[in-house]
Amino acid sequence: MTQATPDVGGVPPAAAPPSRPMDDDGRGEGSSILREMLESSWLVSFLAVVIALVLGGVLIAAADPDVQRTATYVFARPSDFFGAIWSSVASAYAALFQGSVVNLGAPTFERAIRPLTETMTVATPLILAGLGLGIGFRAGLFNIGAQGQIILGGIFAGFIGFTFSLPPGLHLLLAVFGAALGGALWAGIAGVLKARTGAHEVIVTIMLNNIAVFLVAYLLTTSAFQRAGSSNPISPPIPSSAQFPLLLGDGFRLHLGFVLALVAAVGVWWLMERSTIGFRFRAVGENPHAARTAGMSVPWAYVWVMVIAGALAGLAGSAQVLGTEKVLTAGVAASFGFDAITVALLGRSRPLGTVLAGLLFGALRAGGFAMQARTGTPIDIVLVVQSLIVLFIAAPPLVRSVFRLPTPGDTTRKRRRSTSRPAAQEVSA
Amino acid sequence: MSTVTTKPAPARPARTTSTLAPISWRGPIVYGFFALASLIFFALLPAGGTETTFRISTATDFFQIPALTVSSTGFALVLSLVALGLAGLATWAAWTRRRLGVWLPVVFGLVVVFAFLAWAGAGKSAIPLTGLLQGSLFLAVPLVFGALSGLLCERSGIINIAIEGQLLAGAFLAAVVASVTSSAYMGLVAAPIAGALVGLLLVIFSVKYWVNQIIVGVVLNVLVVGVTSYLYSTVLAADPATWNSRNPLPVIEIPVLSQIPVLGPVLFRQTLLVYLMYAAVILLQIFVFKSRWGLRMRAVGEHPKAADTVGIKVNVTRVKNTILGGAVAGLGGAFFTVAAGLAFGKEMTGGKGFIALAAMILGRWNPMGALAAALLFGFSDNLRTVLGIVGTPIPSQIMLMTPYVVTIFAVAGLVGKVRAPAANGIPYVK
Repeated sequence: MTQATPDVGGVPPAAAPPSRPMDDDGRGEGSSILREMLESSWLVSFLAVVIALVLGGVLIAAADPDVQRTATYVFARPSDFFGAIWSSVASAYAALFQGSVVNLGAPTFERAIRPLTETMTVATPLILAGLGLGIGFRAGLFNIGAQGQIILGGIFAGFIGFTFSLPPGLHLLLAVFGAALGGALWAGIAGVLKARTGAHEVIVTIMLNNIAVFLVAYLLTTSAFQRAGSSNPISPPIPSSAQFPLLLGDGFRLHLGFVLALVAAVGVWWLMERSTIGFRFRAVGENPHAARTAGMSVPWAYVWVMVIAGALAGLAGSAQVLGTEKVLTAGVAASFGFDAITVALLGRSRPLGTVLAGLLFGALRAGGFAMQARTGTPIDIVLVVQSLIVLFIAAPPLVRSVFRLPTPGDTTRKRRRSTSRPAAQEVSA
Repeated sequence: MSTVTTKPAPARPARTTSTLAPISWRGPIVYGFFALASLIFFALLPAGGTETTFRISTATDFFQIPALTVSSTGFALVLSLVALGLAGLATWAAWTRRRLGVWLPVVFGLVVVFAFLAWAGAGKSAIPLTGLLQGSLFLAVPLVFGALSGLLCERSGIINIAIEGQLLAGAFLAAVVASVTSSAYMGLVAAPIAGALVGLLLVIFSVKYWVNQIIVGVVLNVLVVGVTSYLYSTVLAADPATWNSRNPLPVIEIPVLSQIPVLGPVLFRQTLLVYLMYAAVILLQIFVFKSRWGLRMRAVGEHPKAADTVGIKVNVTRVKNTILGGAVAGLGGAFFTVAAGLAFGKEMTGGKGFIALAAMILGRWNPMGALAAALLFGFSDNLRTVLGIVGTPIPSQIMLMTPYVVTIFAVAGLVGKVRAPAANGIPYVK
């Protein structure tokens, strides 16, 4: 059954965990477990990260002046050359690790674990937006619009935050709700247009992204949004009553938004796996014609998928404005909206996967800043590593052939059969 | 068993009274909306002055045409009424189920744009009409190449979201090669190679590993941004004189033709890249629809199994076309560096690849359509620059937003449901 319903989350069926209920090749128990392990998608994911880091290391080494210098006499003294490669790559990755997970050389415990909390802070908007995009992918909608939806969420959250003065709890609640509403409205435009007129969601969301960028730039020049007495496009600061409370005190930036992201992940899991609405979304994604035949309203599903995805992206905007940045600027969305696409793809559009992928990308980003500061390796290498990870994870046969791992399933025919009926790709641009 | 197979497929729900399709009112509504908006905002609301001047000739033209000065309100009023008339025509056509040609949206758009110009330029310095069009064509270049690339890939069944990455890779390699060889034309030669490499990666992962093509495209965009930005920060920034110096392509004037009033400077006083664009659009328009190669490509994109049955090698066709498409987009990438006369900068394509994708869909997977859509984007992009110089009453951010709003209206109201090649994005496995 699992073969007949390929994954709409954009993951080729070959990437799905091998569904082999019985040990049909008749080998012993021990060999079977080993084989299971070698075939597992977790191993492939891990190895994909390894290959990506190795290729990133090649780039780091190639740009290192020491490596370039020693390369001129590599045949005379190869040890210098390889030593230089090792030291450049090792120091860069050590800095990346220390900046994202734990800084072992730090004098105090607080400083030692701060990188981990930074990772979680950066991961928050990625997880929230990625969850929304994942719902879209599973319903067959390719929503590129998280960027714009995050911006709208930020605009709404910021406006409610710095305009009104309300009691602490209520103020935050209202601002967060406003952010979700803003994102939902923005995405809803694309959903309604897709449902009513068949307008392609890829075009509409791209256009809405651009409109949102100029909208926030414009709003920040108006008196309602611009900080009084400032000529820069920056809003008044968010009062503490509308800020996400810090989770670990003043020493850390980690705020309640991270918990919100985890709660949202659980909520999305329930919605997609346990509720009728989620079932309809998935059915529309698998095969809209069949869903319509079964009496489901496909346009209804498109609208609500976009609204929910937009609300989640809006929450990502609120995490930035009310938590991390505490102010609305034109760069509120940074590149989170686009990074969230890769996060959702890497997480296979599943909530748990999205959380883990968000943490991984958050770690790479947080660590990337530390790496740039300490070793001078530009943070752009992080983009290379991120994209290579997704590329390799999406192509398990490639990873398997690199490491000579066994292919899951008894023969290649099984894999072919499942892939020859690719996911009902409404996602066609 | 045979009875089941020979039975006709279950009939569609019986059409009730009429066999005619329901009248679509979307088009008339959109036209009416814009015509009314034009009437209210450009003709009836007060403008910044009483007279608007359009400058038609450039200083170097052989035939000098005097600048045209009109009454702002009167001109905008006349044009708005024409727009209303066109909207009425569209309504009548919808009512009588007549089909109007492509000319209607084009003429309508021009009329509303001129009404807008009459209003925006009222009491300001002259609006350089030729310069406006010249710049529009120039800014449309990467969009046209990008859209053609998308078209080549998608017509053969490979979704190309990686246009952005192909443009950026082309821009990068063009800048580097032009800088190292001190020849802008060498940059033009190198740019397609970079784009083709990105196309090669796209097609390897799509055809050999059956990875979802949208994933590959999105990821390749990030990869190219990462690699080019990394090399920019480490190599190019360290020694810009060697690796990243500016090498603008010279403007080539075509004798005689460039002296035609208005059209001459716009079409025939451009760089080699623009002439290559004309050639690409015309050749593709012919070859996609009239040649054996084009027929095979479309067959592979629409019904790969049928194509395979008659002996067309589906995956080979896809590989070739995707690499060709990548090369076309890479050539378009040269626009950002050598044609625009700029050094390479991080992420300098700035989302133009996605706009190109939109242009391709708006143009319905058609070279001429893609050209028209790209010109629309180029025009609105350039309009903002020109009006910025002339001075306009509108905030620049709102001006920047306009083309995207118009696109949404166009997609939702006029184009509606577009049909991609049927086998788009589906890996072919025998």
